[in-house]
Amino acid sequence: METSAKISLRNLDFFYGKAHALKDINLDIPAHQVTAFIGPSGCGKSTLLRTLNRMYDLYPGQRAEGQILLDGKDILDKATDLNKLRARIGMVFQKPTPFPMSIYNNIAFGIKLYESPTRSEMDDRVEWALKKAALWDEVKDKLGESGYSLSGGQQQRLCIARGIAVKPEVLLLDEPASSLDPISTARIEELIHELKTDYTIIIVTHSMQQAARVSDYTAYMYLGEMMEFDKTDVIFTNPSKKETEDYITGKFG
Amino acid sequence: MFTIYNRRRLLNYFNLSASALAMLTGLLALGWILWTLLSFGFHGLSLNVFTQNTPPPGNSGGLLNAIVGSILMTVIGTLIGTPIGIMAGTYLAEFGQRGWLAPVTRFINDILLSAPSIIIGLFVYEVYVATSKHFSGWAGAFALALLVIPVVVRTTEDTLALIPDTLREAAAALGAPRWKIVTLVTWRAAKAGMMTGILLAVARISGETAPLLFTALNNQFWSSDMNAPMANLPVVIFQMAMSPYDDWHHLAWAGALLITGTVLILSIIARFLFKKEKISF
Repeated sequence: METSAKISLRNLDFFYGKAHALKDINLDIPAHQVTAFIGPSGCGKSTLLRTLNRMYDLYPGQRAEGQILLDGKDILDKATDLNKLRARIGMVFQKPTPFPMSIYNNIAFGIKLYESPTRSEMDDRVEWALKKAALWDEVKDKLGESGYSLSGGQQQRLCIARGIAVKPEVLLLDEPASSLDPISTARIEELIHELKTDYTIIIVTHSMQQAARVSDYTAYMYLGEMMEFDKTDVIFTNPSKKETEDYITGKFG
Repeated sequence: MFTIYNRRRLLNYFNLSASALAMLTGLLALGWILWTLLSFGFHGLSLNVFTQNTPPPGNSGGLLNAIVGSILMTVIGTLIGTPIGIMAGTYLAEFGQRGWLAPVTRFINDILLSAPSIIIGLFVYEVYVATSKHFSGWAGAFALALLVIPVVVRTTEDTLALIPDTLREAAAALGAPRWKIVTLVTWRAAKAGMMTGILLAVARISGETAPLLFTALNNQFWSSDMNAPMANLPVVIFQMAMSPYDDWHHLAWAGALLITGTVLILSIIARFLFKKEKISF
């Protein structure tokens, strides 16, 4: 692999109570590239995404074993400060999750957690994030209005802006376009293209076309195992495994 | 022809009529009570009710000291009970997934919620009035606070449980510590429901007689001293209704009307708040 790995998974296992959801995953996620996780429902791709910022830690009974190296440091280590880790790894969810506050404060919320900018610095930062998420022109005159006043597609871009605003190193996208119409989906895919120069992006998606369009690398998962991982054009044109080909061509799943 | 379709139609008609009848019976009883209250209440209502204190036997007067006493004890009871209720409810909803403390607390709270209010009054009498050797407004306020707590705990927990986990995850994903997620995000999302719970608790305690009977007792004279026995509408209504004087009966009806009116207004405010701020996920 030409690019260096931002995140390396080593013998990663994951359990929901007694259910073994991820089995011995080994993977190197390259920096400043878009990596897509694909696979049928229940294959563990969302679970894998949620281990990367240890979101599962909010719930009792869920645990991961093995190693997840972020820039060479194991984030599964007990000494890891979870809040600082999550500030470095942003996440956008399947459904838009604006906070019950104004559009401006939705963006400012995350920034205020770890920085104390002046009023004008904050204004600039909010504008920068909203521009980056291609939402600025639509909301610049109503920053004081509730985040819920926006449409679904706008809400999702607001959530992306919120995630970018804290300047994380990695951005995790969990089916970010699955509840959006085709136009909003196209805008978000454009956005992913633009963002990869600054961030390492990992996207979980049900749509193979989307994976083919936006990602540089693709991982195919099945029943909690990593079946195949390679450059996206290799996976989609010349997969090395029969199972991957069957899934990609729609024979299965 | 008695087809299955016709049979179901008939059955539907029959059940619908039975339900309507049941509803009418309920509404009729409610309407009757309200009508009696309104007609007697307005008859007893006059400016004197708000300007004069409760009268000595045989005289006429007003309800001023009882109104003020009721407001004082209700407000203080709510101010004491609400923060405790919100804290406990938040603990149950946000932090209580692990361990034994939360289920035990929830169980005890449910018992407290359905405990007869006279037991609460007896309890405060035993631990506060009997030890301080006098009835007082404080004792009344404490008894009312004990009634506020379980209501607020319950509504707070229920409202917070309705907030989707994805909202908490979204805040956690930005690196927000737990306490900031709760205070800045989930409380805000649940604000309308939590306010409704508090207003319902106020509505509940504003008509309670039993817990005040052994705690604040009553006071025929003007008093805003929380360390002395204090007049309050429910007990005054109770005593006046038991008296042989006609104009005392009128005053009792006026007091009942005042309480009902207050509860009605609080309920309307609660409805309005909940409707306006409802967030769809």
